[in-house]
Amino acid sequence: MIHIEGLTKYYNDFCAVDHISLDIRKGEIIGLLGPNGAGKTTTLRMLTGYFHPSSGSIRVKDFSVAENPLEVKKCIGYLPESAPLYHNMIVYDYLAYVADVWGFAEEGRISRIRKLSDLCGLQDIMHKTIGELSKGLKQRVGIAHAMMSDPEILILDEPTSGLDPNQIVEIRKIIKEIGKEKTIILSTHILSEAEATCDRIIIINKGKIVADGSTETIKRSQDTGNTINLSLKHGVFDTVDEKIKNIQGIKDVKRKPSDSEDILNIAVSCSNNMDLREDVYNVIKNNPWIILEFYQESTSLENIFRNLTMEN
Amino acid sequence: MQQVKNIFKKELKDYFTSPIAYIVITIFLLVTGWFFFMTFFLNNQANLRNYYGLLPFTFAFVIPAITMRLFSEEMSIGSYEILLTMPVTFSDIILGKFLAGTAFVAAMLLPTLSYPITISFVGQLDLGPVIGGYTGAVLLGASYTAIGLFASSLTRNQIVAFIIGLLICFFLTLIDKMLLFFPGSIVKVIGYIGADYHFQNISKGIVDTRDILYFASLIFLGLYGTALVMAEKK
Repeated sequence: MIHIEGLTKYYNDFCAVDHISLDIRKGEIIGLLGPNGAGKTTTLRMLTGYFHPSSGSIRVKDFSVAENPLEVKKCIGYLPESAPLYHNMIVYDYLAYVADVWGFAEEGRISRIRKLSDLCGLQDIMHKTIGELSKGLKQRVGIAHAMMSDPEILILDEPTSGLDPNQIVEIRKIIKEIGKEKTIILSTHILSEAEATCDRIIIINKGKIVADGSTETIKRSQDTGNTINLSLKHGVFDTVDEKIKNIQGIKDVKRKPSDSEDILNIAVSCSNNMDLREDVYNVIKNNPWIILEFYQESTSLENIFRNLTMEN
Repeated sequence: MQQVKNIFKKELKDYFTSPIAYIVITIFLLVTGWFFFMTFFLNNQANLRNYYGLLPFTFAFVIPAITMRLFSEEMSIGSYEILLTMPVTFSDIILGKFLAGTAFVAAMLLPTLSYPITISFVGQLDLGPVIGGYTGAVLLGASYTAIGLFASSLTRNQIVAFIIGLLICFFLTLIDKMLLFFPGSIVKVIGYIGADYHFQNISKGIVDTRDILYFASLIFLGLYGTALVMAEKK
């Protein structure tokens, strides 16, 4: 569907995107992750033809973005960050204008706008000025805008940034709904969002791809094992440490800060995704410790993300 | 062509939904009306010469104010990105915006048609200069719009766009009044650059291809410059 090769973008001396190569298949929902300034937006902008790459090529279906920008634009629906729509226009007028630009005839236009307003839940705000809308509503208008031509590829730049939790859920629902039929590329720095909505995650740092795959494959490739968090009453660190470390498969036991002297908080890391909860429990059972907390954490995307994108 | 029409329609509608348009029109009509009728009865002549004499100056002030938002606003709110990722070309955008600006200038001139109509009641009005004058005014307005559009494409700040547009238009309006300061050998060339000079020719009712060509090249330069700036921004 989309084939990117050696994509590079320089802003004067600063290299924002550094030789990215990527293949995106039809029907994928892709999450582009990365810290601020990693080159996510720049990559998306080059995909849509808004920026010229310094070098490298992008092909969308059979068209090159550089040679056939108009054809490429026709298969892409794009929503820039924070939905910069004309704020002095009424929602309906705006959508009608966009429909005109996409060449809808009079009757087709109305039915298309109606369909989009159902999809994005715009029925009640059709007559409002865009500038008066809340961020979430504006984002929905933006998605309707991007969906106008029924594009095969939808590119959303941080579709949920600045929204409240309810709005985020709504936008995600819309994205999931659309994603049943379309290829979607969305950038975000909210990791749980990428995990919740995307089939495939691409982590970018300093203009380079540092991880690419489903959440599961990324987690497996970045193996750091499970962590069991314990909070024990009447436990003394040295003895607890010694007894737990005797269990096979335990890599490390770390002490965590605790509120009271009597309570000991530790984090036990296990190797290779082993589930050692039973063994740990048995050890505790045979000792005069009282369990206040006991839970296992698999390595979160957050940790992987931090590992991959932090300096050094 | 359809896309030019779409953008033209949207921009023109934008003009008339914002209060700025009406404020600008009001100021324009007040200023031209005041200066025209202030001396009209003293001169006791049934012509529009006073009105035409002042028009390039008022245009130099008013038109950059009309055109300043065309690109600057899009860039500052970010809708420029949306515009460029829709299935339109640079020339669609530029032509659409330019024609909308020109149409707005023409709409602004429309109420001033009441001047020749009133004058025709009080004296013998020669139609030639009136027709020539309005043709010239539209051409001059279109040229300044093209320049204003170019100024607007340079910056995301509307005030800066206004000032740049104002400077260029003012320069073109005034340059042929300052021929005194230039050496004799280039006086003719400098004189030719002046927009006022060409406008006054047309407003006498003499339609000369040289004057038409002058305005056409101004428009072309403004629009071409805008296209270059847009290409550079990518």
